[in-house]
Amino acid sequence: MALTTTKQQYAIMQRLFLRRIIATIIFVLLSLGAVLTRLYWLQVTDHAHYQTLSTDNRIRLLPLPPERGEIRDRNGILLARNIPSNDLFIFPDKVKDLDETIAQLAQIIPISEDDRKRFFKLKRRQRRFERVAIRTGLNEREMAAFAVERHRFQGVDMGITLRRYYPDGELTAHVVGYIGRINERELETIDQADYSGTSHIGKTGLERYYEEQLHGEVGVQKVEMDATSHIMRVIETQPSINGKDIRLHFDIELQRIAMEELGEHSGAVVAIDVKSGGVLALASKPGFDANLFVDGISFSNYGALRENPETPLVNRTVHGRYPPGSTIKPFYALAGLELGTVTANHSVWCPGHYKIKGAGRTFRDWKKSGHGTTNIFKAIEQSCDVYFYNLAYNMGIDRLHDFMSLFRFGEQTGVDMPHETSAVMPSVAWKKKRYNKVWVPGDTVNAGIGQGFVLVSPLQLAYATAVIAGDGKLIPPRLASHIDGISTGLADSEVPRIKKQSPLHWQQVIQGMSQVVEAPRGTAKRIRSKEYRIAGKTGTAQVISMKQNEDYDEKRLAKEKHDHALFVAFAPTDNPRIAVSVIVEHGGHGGSTAAPIARRIMDAYLLEESIETEQQATAEEQENLQEAPSEETESEAGAETGAEREATAET
Amino acid sequence: MNISILSPPKRENAPLLARLHIDLPLLTGVLLLCAFGLAMLYSASGSDMAMVKRQLLNIAMALVIMIAIAQLPPAVLKLLSPWFYLAGILLLVAVLVMGDMGKGAQRWLIIAGFRFQPSELVKIAVPMLCALYLASRPQPVRSWHLLIALFLSLIPAALIIKQPDLGTAILVTAAGLFTLFFAGLSWRLIIFIVTIAVAGISAILYNPDYLDLFLHEYQKRRVLTLFDPQNDPLGAGYHIIQSTIAIGSGGIFGKGWLNGTQSHLDFLPEQHTDFIFAVIAEELGFAGIIVMLLLYLFLILRGLYIAAVADSVYGRLLAGTMTLVFFIYLLVNTGMVSGILPVVGVPLPLVSYGGTSIITIMVGFGILMSIHTHRDYRESGRCEITSYID
Repeated sequence: MALTTTKQQYAIMQRLFLRRIIATIIFVLLSLGAVLTRLYWLQVTDHAHYQTLSTDNRIRLLPLPPERGEIRDRNGILLARNIPSNDLFIFPDKVKDLDETIAQLAQIIPISEDDRKRFFKLKRRQRRFERVAIRTGLNEREMAAFAVERHRFQGVDMGITLRRYYPDGELTAHVVGYIGRINERELETIDQADYSGTSHIGKTGLERYYEEQLHGEVGVQKVEMDATSHIMRVIETQPSINGKDIRLHFDIELQRIAMEELGEHSGAVVAIDVKSGGVLALASKPGFDANLFVDGISFSNYGALRENPETPLVNRTVHGRYPPGSTIKPFYALAGLELGTVTANHSVWCPGHYKIKGAGRTFRDWKKSGHGTTNIFKAIEQSCDVYFYNLAYNMGIDRLHDFMSLFRFGEQTGVDMPHETSAVMPSVAWKKKRYNKVWVPGDTVNAGIGQGFVLVSPLQLAYATAVIAGDGKLIPPRLASHIDGISTGLADSEVPRIKKQSPLHWQQVIQGMSQVVEAPRGTAKRIRSKEYRIAGKTGTAQVISMKQNEDYDEKRLAKEKHDHALFVAFAPTDNPRIAVSVIVEHGGHGGSTAAPIARRIMDAYLLEESIETEQQATAEEQENLQEAPSEETESEAGAETGAEREATAET
Repeated sequence: MNISILSPPKRENAPLLARLHIDLPLLTGVLLLCAFGLAMLYSASGSDMAMVKRQLLNIAMALVIMIAIAQLPPAVLKLLSPWFYLAGILLLVAVLVMGDMGKGAQRWLIIAGFRFQPSELVKIAVPMLCALYLASRPQPVRSWHLLIALFLSLIPAALIIKQPDLGTAILVTAAGLFTLFFAGLSWRLIIFIVTIAVAGISAILYNPDYLDLFLHEYQKRRVLTLFDPQNDPLGAGYHIIQSTIAIGSGGIFGKGWLNGTQSHLDFLPEQHTDFIFAVIAEELGFAGIIVMLLLYLFLILRGLYIAAVADSVYGRLLAGTMTLVFFIYLLVNTGMVSGILPVVGVPLPLVSYGGTSIITIMVGFGILMSIHTHRDYRESGRCEITSYID
């Protein structure tokens, strides 16, 4: 420390420090005095006033929950709406013996064991003076039965609450998702004041992704209550702000067709509007009824969904990871052309198999006899494996990985759905990190036909196809087109584009994809359309790996070992409007199983304009019903919820 | 190099507690307040014995840490100061990075299975570093040294605001300012800083949108609600309205232990943590509050006495700051619960439920004990210049 400090200076410092201590003591005493003055004022001067407020704390602040925003498809058809439900409530602080009261109620209206369990579970979470629902969705007979006996039940009351309802619950379960009761973990992440009075929160799908917009803002009502918790007087109201309505690009009719066309198969269909990036269909089969979850799904129902080997709860379109098989070849072809690994004039001799120089392993072509001399057009048209083994091998996996990343393979597409998978576009570094193993040339060759480590989601496939169709525009895929009437779309100038080496290369790849459907030996020639031209690519992805000398024989293999059938396409080729990807699990060949589904979707979107106008009409009808709800529709809604609630319990 | 700093003289003659480096008045005050806190927690939690036991465990752990810290001579604390500070900054950055990944407000890290808030470490590290820096300058310190010390406390404060945790950020900055105050920040500058603060608040009152510059929406709401609680009766305003009713209805002698109606009917928010003061005021009344505040006052005066008789600049700056910070917790908590300060989420020191805050406060008392019990006995507290020459 400084030697310059002299005794005199030190004494000055000491005095200064002591003065500061004294100043601090004065500050402490003054501020404690201020707090005590405030307390004296509250506790002594105004004591009587607060005493009154406290003893008959009649003034209560009731939250006014906002009405959740509704979700409609592109034609205005409601996919998520709010319907009134008649519920029976108990005020636990007004009831002496809860078990006894519930037992007596059960003699008038049916109360199941699940209802009881849920009631006690909810009660534990709520403030003591708040009401808790014992039964939801009372029908008219039950309401009448309770009304007659009401005088016997102090602290029990009926009330109307809004309940979320998904008219097409089975079709839209994965897209719209569902709301459910707020759980402990969610409680920590939300602004609790904003959710006072709201019991539900978006759990999956759009309901979760757009929770903030759909929820709205809570209002508050200052009321005076009597001793039995009935509101006597409303003193002040600050209204809630309802959640925003969301309009989608999504088309429920296309979705219906996709789900129907998948039939008994598990699988996924994604359709994207090439011009806007809007997601038109996002079908994942099997689905489930989202309405089961709104009031808490019963253990048995949930168990059945969970244990189902077909995993209905998984949204295959954004969470599924599949080997793309040959559907990835057009993108590889573009990589080869753009990076100069191949040219349009360059040909490869395909003898039906491929060997890496100096290595023993043989990679087979799907066509045992080989494709002979093959150029890039023929390689796409007839899906020659040897051509792409060679292309990938010559390019190297890291360059391939970098190019494919431009199309968002191995990355999230940025769709407005929660927790989208990025799947896998492998690289040397990726394998090292994931498996701590060295990348071997055979890995590259396998990746060359979309097998091995390569995994894609159906959405990624459709998106990449839309990017090719849309001339390299990277429009983020979007389900929502309008939130509260405001468009979510990007201005054309804001859309990023893939930098092209030569536009010719892109045309050559599209030429190859076109031949898949249009050429006499194309692998998807059966879906050729007279009305418009289609460009596509079939794929057949192995689920199990075959031994060197083993042959794939569909008849001898169990169904879960059958190949996945895939197809990607866009149309019309000369002015693309729609891009589609189809994956049929264990469906066999892409050309025969998956391609026709894509064709039906494209037909419906491009040809059946009449559907659209029809839909408009029904949508308007629905709107009219909403504006003037007749008694009939209300009781109908009540009956619906009544039927549903048979299987309700908290999960 | 003064050897006596690193190896203090033997003191067989000193009392047992002094040899254990425990300051009896501080220990007594702390234990009394903790016991009082446990009794009130039992009431506020609705007779939840499990919660009381958990808090007892927290207190025991904090006491052990306090006594352990008291064993370290101030010279060791000095050596540790810059490292604590650096570690605090790095951990704050780590929290921000993790928070970004988790897409939400995050204030803690998990280290060896324990949830740990780096901002708590910083609450101690900032005054330690400022005291070290200012004590190693020639005395009296120059203004620009003070500015550097101010800067040192603003770095972590900025990181904490990002979390976002406005209350803690203000407390950390305040801790730095207190060190400056004890180091001799001129009254002119103090008046200047206070003026800026007052001007800032007035500007905000005039146009609340200024707050958007550095506050999150919910913090802005909390600050604004202070001035008009009726404006947001379900959020922060609800807390204030209900806690004023609780306090006011307590009267002079209170409704009696376990008899608070506001708290037992669950009107009070966070009644066992930040708002336990309202439970105390309701159940024990104005008289009970006066007794409790006298206990706090005793601890604070003892802390200031320790600062006054400390034998090094570092020791007295740190002791003074730790004591003043402790008082600020008390002031902010009682102020916010009784509705004269904004709701910023500061616990009532030693009484509110929660392990983290108790440990931080006990570390502070451990430092006070260390400073007091490691004094050079030959000089019996009145220090000489020799102590300053290393």
